[in-house]
Amino acid sequence: MTKLPQDGDKKKDSEELILSKELLDALAKFKQIEIEDFEIDVKELELIFEPGMAGQVMPKLKLPAPVAAGGKPTAMLQTAFIPPIETYPNTITEVKLGATRSEGGTRGKSFTIGGETSPPFYNFERPTTHKPVVTLDVFDMEVPLSKAVKMHVKDVVGDPAAWAKLAVDQFKADMVTIHLISIDPLLKDATPKDAVKTVEKVLQAVDVPLVIGGCGDAVKDADVFQAICEAFPGERFLISSITRDMDVERCAKFVKKNGHAALSFTPMDLNLARELNRRLYDFLGREDIVMDLTTAALGYGLDYAFTNMERARLGGLMGDMELAHPMSSGTTNAWAAREAWLKMSADWEPRELRGPLWEVTTALTLLLAGVDLFMMMHPAAVKTLKDVTNYLTSGKKADPAKFADWVTMKAQGVGKQ
Amino acid sequence: MSEKKRASLKELSPIDIYKLLPKTNCKECGQDNCMAFATKIVNREVEIDSCKPLFKPENAKAYAKLKDLLKPAVKEVIVGVGDKSKKLGGKLVMYRHEFTYKNPTAIAIDVTDEMPMQEVVSRVQYTENFSFEYIGNTLRLDMIAVRCTSGDADKFKAVVQKVAETTKLPMILCTLNPVIAEAGLMAAPKAKPLLYAATQTNWKDMAELALMYECPLVASAPNDLNTLVSLAKTLMAYGVTDLVLDPGTFPNEGLPDTINNFTMLRRAACKGGEELAGFPLMGVPMVAWNDSASAEDLLKWREAYLAAMLIVRYSDVLVMHSVSGWSLLPDTVLRQNIYTDPRKPVAVAPGLKVFGTPDENSPVMFTTNFALTYYTVASDLESSKINAYLIVVETEGSAIDSGVAGRKLTAERVADAIKASGIESKVKHRKLIIPGKASRISGEIEELSGWKVLVGPRDSSEIPKYLIEKWQP
Repeated sequence: MTKLPQDGDKKKDSEELILSKELLDALAKFKQIEIEDFEIDVKELELIFEPGMAGQVMPKLKLPAPVAAGGKPTAMLQTAFIPPIETYPNTITEVKLGATRSEGGTRGKSFTIGGETSPPFYNFERPTTHKPVVTLDVFDMEVPLSKAVKMHVKDVVGDPAAWAKLAVDQFKADMVTIHLISIDPLLKDATPKDAVKTVEKVLQAVDVPLVIGGCGDAVKDADVFQAICEAFPGERFLISSITRDMDVERCAKFVKKNGHAALSFTPMDLNLARELNRRLYDFLGREDIVMDLTTAALGYGLDYAFTNMERARLGGLMGDMELAHPMSSGTTNAWAAREAWLKMSADWEPRELRGPLWEVTTALTLLLAGVDLFMMMHPAAVKTLKDVTNYLTSGKKADPAKFADWVTMKAQGVGKQ
Repeated sequence: MSEKKRASLKELSPIDIYKLLPKTNCKECGQDNCMAFATKIVNREVEIDSCKPLFKPENAKAYAKLKDLLKPAVKEVIVGVGDKSKKLGGKLVMYRHEFTYKNPTAIAIDVTDEMPMQEVVSRVQYTENFSFEYIGNTLRLDMIAVRCTSGDADKFKAVVQKVAETTKLPMILCTLNPVIAEAGLMAAPKAKPLLYAATQTNWKDMAELALMYECPLVASAPNDLNTLVSLAKTLMAYGVTDLVLDPGTFPNEGLPDTINNFTMLRRAACKGGEELAGFPLMGVPMVAWNDSASAEDLLKWREAYLAAMLIVRYSDVLVMHSVSGWSLLPDTVLRQNIYTDPRKPVAVAPGLKVFGTPDENSPVMFTTNFALTYYTVASDLESSKINAYLIVVETEGSAIDSGVAGRKLTAERVADAIKASGIESKVKHRKLIIPGKASRISGEIEELSGWKVLVGPRDSSEIPKYLIEKWQP
């Protein structure tokens, strides 16, 4: 759990700030409270194929040489840049999330993630197949949120249906993750039946696809997931998550039988990820599995998460089938970094901006490593991630005519600090 | 020129190096023999210049060959002089997992010749004094980009002079007008600033300036890689070999091309051995400021995230305008993260660590041996000058919460660590403060260790407050 800010601080900060309306509008003050498990093992570092151009001959550049006597050219030596385009033997598996009525569910829309044929946003090779999707966190009970967070969600805390609606209508979430915290035997120990009711309410409130999140107890989660999978067959939930310490066979079977998809979660170790996926293949199709390789926060292991995901994606494209699944990131873990939420000295304030920027920086780093599904928290971070993915998949070109002449630009804000 | 392809890092074997070494096994380099030295060379753990016999005239040919073999895919270009000079590029690989990235992205903050001098100085001082302690590293900013917005050579000269007087940080002199550029160079003739920029139209004059003042030069061709590599080729032929490439930074709709250009250039250099692409790349997140309609905080936000994407996608130097801690901190932390050794150990050695000068009544705590957890706790204890014992429990590199969940952090391990640490002979009391995130196993720890367990805070920044309020031996 993350330490939450002192109530008094927040009010003072806000009063001192003159923030733009545009940004403030986007800055609903969420703080995340979940830190996913992770551990790191770098022993497998050498096992993965990756794209390279070894053995491949680059096309030769045309080399005219108008050189004056004395050696110095008198005119530009024209040459061409040959885009270094490669092909990959494999395609990342596509996984469908959510199901509309015609697809056997009740959702207003569904999403397909994966299907990539090149590394992330190598649009000079091939366009992105599917735009990454964002799912927002909703909790099924009161969780320790700061006053700043409560300010924005106080009317919906404890009411997951209303919270989900807020996430979709106001914060433009593609999907919603309903975290069933209350089923934790150490907390409310709510029954599978209770959990089914909660999911039912969320399904009624919003028409986006759902991710079903457990409490982390291997046995209880399995019981609850089973009840939910069976109660809503065909909805194509993403069950978050199936871990190595669960009864993998049992879980995979009820996910498959009821037409859902599984999130295969492993603690930052590609060999463990492969192993868990292999166990799932006995019961699930490849197209039913999304991987979560563990997200660590910016400053707290993001480098491991980034490299792990980048290697998994490159490996998948190069034919490592066990890693050729779409990837999900618990980006909300960015808030585990104390720099995301801590009141720091004035030089680093306001944290109202630093915090969501921490989440967005974590998200964008992993976007460039190949993440297909982002589980996020802060509305401003969500907005930026969606803007960036829209730009990156827009197919639009940079217009040199509109190039900012930054050298002579009399930038706004020059003269201020 | 472009036909000359470099061997990629992976194709290089110790034998390739060994063949060219003097094979004297003289041990002058500190290695046991030439083969051991060759292996270290291939792993980039030692520099070829530490082989002294190579400098003998009869080995000149071999030395030149070795230098060429070991040339990085991206040329290393030095900006500035003295302690604060900055190396750009020098990259050996494209992907982080292949090998540690060299030379973290340099971040330059801009000033202009139309800013009041007082503001110029304050921005320079901000840049120079920017400092953040992060698990044993000090995060800093690196350079000053001086822009000519006035179109007046005298004004530009004056501001360059002012910056050079104020700081030893390397400069980037930004103007496309060679006459103004020369005025700037004359103000700091020995400073070896990075000259921005040679374009299709001014390249010849800029090349002359770069040669005259022996400074590195940026080639700029916004979203036009054909022109960019043509410029690189031309400038190299002209004799300017320390180049930086600027393929243009475009925000918003221009993002896909921006990311693609950086990616293509780096791949061509690292995987294709393309020499004309093998120079450091410059990104300019400050283009986000070219928007008069949006509020300042929003522009800072956009500049910051653009910088983050460019740090991940191969920028070797960035020009930024914001001087706000909240917007610069995430980028400087990200840069630190991306440039760490991907093979670095994630665990510290378990055992007893002593903070300050604890006595027999001092508090005893434990944490895990996951490096980031340990350093976070250690830095909190050190900065608050607490006298305490900290037992580092072997959790195979797991953090507290994941260690408890994954049974890497168990009551047995804690009890064993207490015994092994010898703490029982150092303190009179038997009270153990455990991390708040390990509260689930508090009962078991009491049972197995015989120590009384106090559940401490969930975040180690709260330890000082906790000790003041709760600790009694």
